[in-house]
Amino acid sequence: MFNWFAQIGHISISFFSRLGKEVILFFQTTACFADLLSRPGLIIQQIFSVGVRSMLIIIVSGFFVGMVLGLQGYNTLVDFGAEESLGVVVALSLVRELGPVVTALLYAGRAGSALTAEIGLMKATEQLSGLEMMAVNPVERILAPRLLAGIISMPLLAAMFSAVGVFGGYLIGVEMLGVDSGSYWSQMQAKVDYHQDVLNGVIKSVVFGIVVTWIAVYEGYSCTPTSEGVSSATTRTVVNSALIVLGLDFLLTALML
Amino acid sequence: MSETENNIIRIRDLHFSRGHTKIFDGIDVDIPQGKITAIMGPSGTGKTTLLKLIGGQLKPQQGSIYFHNDNIPALNTKKLYAARKKMGMLFQTGALLTDMSVFDNIAFPLREHTDLPQVMIRDLVLMKLHAVGLRGARDLMPSQLSGGMARRAALARAIALDPEMILYDEPFTGQDPISMGVLVQLIRSINSALDITSIIVSHDIQETLEIADKIYIISQGKVIGHGTPDEINQSDSPWISQFVQGKADGPVPFHYPAPSYKDDMLAG
Ligand SMILES: Nc1ncnc2c1ncn2[C@@H]1O[C@H](COP(=O)(O)OP(=O)(O)OP(=O)(O)O)[C@@H](O)[C@H]1O
Ligand SMILES: [Mg+2]
Repeated sequence: MFNWFAQIGHISISFFSRLGKEVILFFQTTACFADLLSRPGLIIQQIFSVGVRSMLIIIVSGFFVGMVLGLQGYNTLVDFGAEESLGVVVALSLVRELGPVVTALLYAGRAGSALTAEIGLMKATEQLSGLEMMAVNPVERILAPRLLAGIISMPLLAAMFSAVGVFGGYLIGVEMLGVDSGSYWSQMQAKVDYHQDVLNGVIKSVVFGIVVTWIAVYEGYSCTPTSEGVSSATTRTVVNSALIVLGLDFLLTALML
Repeated sequence: MSETENNIIRIRDLHFSRGHTKIFDGIDVDIPQGKITAIMGPSGTGKTTLLKLIGGQLKPQQGSIYFHNDNIPALNTKKLYAARKKMGMLFQTGALLTDMSVFDNIAFPLREHTDLPQVMIRDLVLMKLHAVGLRGARDLMPSQLSGGMARRAALARAIALDPEMILYDEPFTGQDPISMGVLVQLIRSINSALDITSIIVSHDIQETLEIADKIYIISQGKVIGHGTPDEINQSDSPWISQFVQGKADGPVPFHYPAPSYKDDMLAG
């Protein structure tokens, strides 16, 4: 009985101390952003490896998701004779939900796992210790540029996903199923609101960008410096990011409606 | 050895444990300036740990580590980083940055800490690489180097900023006899030419006795002996002679602390 209480106490203490360390490290990392602006090369390099390298998977997925939306939307709308609204359905689904959420999930799998593995291996091979001994702060030199690059890349990737998706929906709806091209675009233009829809979608993708990149970077930085440690940290990045993105999406949607 | 000599590092009453394992149980170490000091001891006694304590990467539970007049464990981050710029460390594994070429690795500390123009950085890097015999390997990536070459490239990086003190963690392991000789020569010449203080952690008794001015032998959390190579060689302490002559039997146990073998086998 007593053991059981001790166990709970131990678990919650270690949980909160880990959380505390993570929050402190997060603020230490973001505090480096100002200095980073004087070294844009570092950020650009990371935007390339985090963002540009994720573009292919994002664009291909966005295209397929858009086409599926076109098919499914058309099938449902045509029963009500409302297939002219297909453009609105596709665009709203993408801009408000699927764009930010699916991009974040794909980004976690593509860029997040790579970040964790990279940083974890740097730790395991003493490269991080090496930096410290060269009087270079790894938080400033390794974590901060990656986090900032993730925050910048994620909304751009989500925007690309949505844009390509809208085009995929157009190909299926208009070119294949014969929805009027004029109504596809004009209804979309009329019904998609900048603040309500586009901006809220962007906010979501920025939040997901922060959360997913931070999870990836932190898991790598705090992993056990061995091969199993790195591999389980990589798994945790993908699993935790997915859960947190979906949970946060619900929360953000509820707040925004 | 006189008490008044100039010590760049003064360690007093250092205690350090990892979890319940005591690694250092009150050690005192003095590293004389401009000399080569060797730290020896059986595997797992905490030699790497001692270097990390000196570099401020680990904090001791008790005791002081003075580098010049700064107590390393008590420094704030900014001062600690300033102190580290005066130290170079050669890691046991090399610890080169794997995403850049050998050239960029050596240039890294120069680019991070100085505003030197590219031409000058190039010259400095080539000088350091030439010193370790790897000028021709500048365009290779760290993954294309052998273990010994990686160690030498890391040495070039450690001396890039012309530090006052270099910490070598096992510089000789994994070197063939020729490059071992070269390395011994190199460490000695770096030490005398640049007036650098060197701390060498090593198992290689012969090379170490040959190169060092002063030797500390650490075992089981204590300094079990120190002195010049001659003093160590002629010591009649059973601890020291066991280590120097590499005898399996003696006061220094081969086994990690464990319950008695018989009890352990019967416990299953
Ligand atoms: N990260 C760590 N966590 C827990 N214990 C550790 C850690 N690193 C080292 N140790 C323990 O500390 C002790 C000293 O390790 P250290 O690496 O300093 O030994 P060493 O003297 O350098 O050995 P070697 O000559 O084999 O390199 C070992 O007994 C090891 O079990
Ligand atoms: Mg060691």
